[in-house]
Amino acid sequence: MAQTRVNAGLDVADVSVSYGGVAALRGVTMRIGPGSIVGLIGPNGAGKTTLINAVSGVVRPGTGTISLGPLRLDRLPQHLVARAGVARTYQNIRLFGGLSVADNVRAGAYRLRSPLSDEGVKELLARVAVHEFDVSRPAASLPYGEQRRIEIARALAGTPSVMLLDEPAAGMNPRESHELRSVIRGIAQRGTGVLLVEHDMSLVSAVCDHVVVLNFGETIASGTPAQVARDPAVVEAYLGTSA
Amino acid sequence: MNALVDFYAKHSRLVDQIGVNAIMALSLSVSLRAGQLALAQAAFMGIAAYLSAILSLNAHWPLLASIALAMLVSALVAALLAYPVRRLRGVFLAIATIGFGEIVRVFANNFSITGGAEGLSGIPNDATTPVIYVGLALVAVALFALSRTKFALAVSLVREDEHAARSVGVDVGAIRTLSLALGGAIAGLGGALYAHSNFFLTPADFGFGRMEQILVACVIGGVTNAAGAVLGAGLITLLPEITRAVQAATGANVDFFRELVTGVVLLGVILFAPAGISGLWRKRA
Amino acid sequence: MIAQQLLNGLFLGAVYALFAVGYTLVFGVLDILNLAHAAIFTAAAFAAFSLASMGVPIPLALLAAAVMAGIMGILLDRVAFAPLRARNAGTLVPLISSIGVAIVIGAVLRGIYGVDERHFAIGGAAAAPVIHLGTVRFTTVELLIFLSAIALMLVLGWILRATALGRSIRAVAEDRVAAALLGVDLERTIGATFFIASSLGGAAGVLTGLEYNSATIDMGGPIELKGLAVIILGGMGSVTGAVAGGFILGAVETLAIAFGLSAWRDAILFGVMFLLLVARPTGLFGKRTLRAA
Repeated sequence: MAQTRVNAGLDVADVSVSYGGVAALRGVTMRIGPGSIVGLIGPNGAGKTTLINAVSGVVRPGTGTISLGPLRLDRLPQHLVARAGVARTYQNIRLFGGLSVADNVRAGAYRLRSPLSDEGVKELLARVAVHEFDVSRPAASLPYGEQRRIEIARALAGTPSVMLLDEPAAGMNPRESHELRSVIRGIAQRGTGVLLVEHDMSLVSAVCDHVVVLNFGETIASGTPAQVARDPAVVEAYLGTSA
Repeated sequence: MNALVDFYAKHSRLVDQIGVNAIMALSLSVSLRAGQLALAQAAFMGIAAYLSAILSLNAHWPLLASIALAMLVSALVAALLAYPVRRLRGVFLAIATIGFGEIVRVFANNFSITGGAEGLSGIPNDATTPVIYVGLALVAVALFALSRTKFALAVSLVREDEHAARSVGVDVGAIRTLSLALGGAIAGLGGALYAHSNFFLTPADFGFGRMEQILVACVIGGVTNAAGAVLGAGLITLLPEITRAVQAATGANVDFFRELVTGVVLLGVILFAPAGISGLWRKRA
Repeated sequence: MIAQQLLNGLFLGAVYALFAVGYTLVFGVLDILNLAHAAIFTAAAFAAFSLASMGVPIPLALLAAAVMAGIMGILLDRVAFAPLRARNAGTLVPLISSIGVAIVIGAVLRGIYGVDERHFAIGGAAAAPVIHLGTVRFTTVELLIFLSAIALMLVLGWILRATALGRSIRAVAEDRVAAALLGVDLERTIGATFFIASSLGGAAGVLTGLEYNSATIDMGGPIELKGLAVIILGGMGSVTGAVAGGFILGAVETLAIAFGLSAWRDAILFGVMFLLLVARPTGLFGKRTLRAA
């Protein structure tokens, strides 16, 4: 498995996923170029987490392909997708609770040949604006907002080509989600492509170059944040048709 | 020093038992550290014990060779068992492996080569105390060396959260199989040493009762290191003996006293032990 | 011939089902395996024996022993499980502490009764008057044991379906957090579950003692593990499953004996269980595998 970063971007081509007859995703196509930040929004149940699951290998698409440059991801098991350089966070934080903060971050570098040094851990934590003095504390003992960012640090530790963030701002206070903007921009600046699933529209507008809107598993709009915000189909999906 | 020598002379069997039980506790700890409640150690122990005994009795294999083959076969059986149970977790895995143990016991009961229900006897007792404790030391050293490797990191990640482990690139299935196989190999050592330090082997020696004993030793002692395993093994081996001695000394004529104390001590350790033992077990489904 | 074997299987299975239901109730509510269940089974058998030898009529002895078993179940929870619940100790540690309690119960029984086998005055199921029904035959005592088991399971079914307590139990089994939010008194419900589960297990012990006219210290051993196979077959956490599984395994075991495979019957039983676990961890009626933490 390639250990160096394949920087050709992620291509999702006409992907469909069904669970027992119910189509969760239908013919979704999108691209996450290196260094770009793509927002993925839509009402609850639209298929956003399913898309992240499809890209990260948790579910296998029924049709369509997912590729990282020349490498086909959609047929790979989860751990090989991760080793190819696709990192993710989870909607409901999945840290290694009993392990220390430092070990959590180090775990993210599992796919790399050499383990992370203490400096490396501190540097990653700084990048996600976690100013924790005692990195040997169990990760589960930290406040919620910090746990979310440690999860991001863990995902970054493996120097991924693509980063899938599943509602990273959920449960954060306004100050924290504002801080998140520079964190996400920083990730993209280093060449990683970011897929940001979010409900926090101000965050999406602030950082995303491009936004894709899903509803009932299908793409109903895509464009810049401004364009998408004005799109009548999007307004209808979120608010229902105006009387 | 003299006192120790004296103690050993009178209680060498006990000392041997502690050694073997410690090896068995270590074998289970490997699976537990990966978050797998795989309760087949007694079965692996039995397979290895019988195999190594048969090799010695029928084919006159030297001790080390029979131990080596027994360990290999145990590890193989464990690795094979890992495949059908790969999707099972928690209590389900526990019950499946208990069931496997029962099946092994019935097989041992029904074949003449294993001596049926009467088992085997007259096994050469060449696993002396030094042999057993060298074996224990080797296992402890090996596990310590492993604890510094990426494998050990992967094992702890699998224990804490399998999904997240996959998301950082851990091949969870492979880790589970390897940890089961490693546990099997160590149990194989324990089984072979058991066979060669006892005169008889019967299928009942390796049933659920034995499995419970190993589980108790492992958890009481703490699954984290060799010292804990020896502690736990020592406790479960010596406790009945100590209470028997106390009985004799005080003249209390109740046979149940020994068992009662064992149960109460077990409960006491579980209920009042530091969060460490249970802390290791707080994991996401 | 087959009919007779099936009938034997039915009778055997009824008691297996009764015992297994206790496992599944506790698992459904707490996600833990109670390895002291078989010890309570044995204790109830001895209690019934003691009562019977003091002249208490058997049905009354059965009832009293079952109630005693139920109380033991509540104590078991208080001593071995509740403190661990309070500190969020997961599911392995309670398993071990249930082993501890089982050892203690075994020790106390040994202290009171020694290691000898005890017998009931009535002489066991096989010695009772025989009834012929078409091609099958059975004894009055066997029939009574069967009917008692069925009756108890029907009572359980009624409790679960038609009472507030039953609804609480089902709610807690479904989702402990949600149930608590809806106002269910968790500790009281769990206590009640243990009472019911253990009294049924105890009843199974008394009925088994009556069947074979013997109460011994290690009578819980075989059924302890078979009970596991039953709940796997039927589906963990499903009472209907435990009942169905009990009958199925009773049938498997009797047929194995009938076909001359008696020496292998345990292997067949656990082999069937193993295959089922691998193919379908949820069992025949189970709806879930493990509750998410």
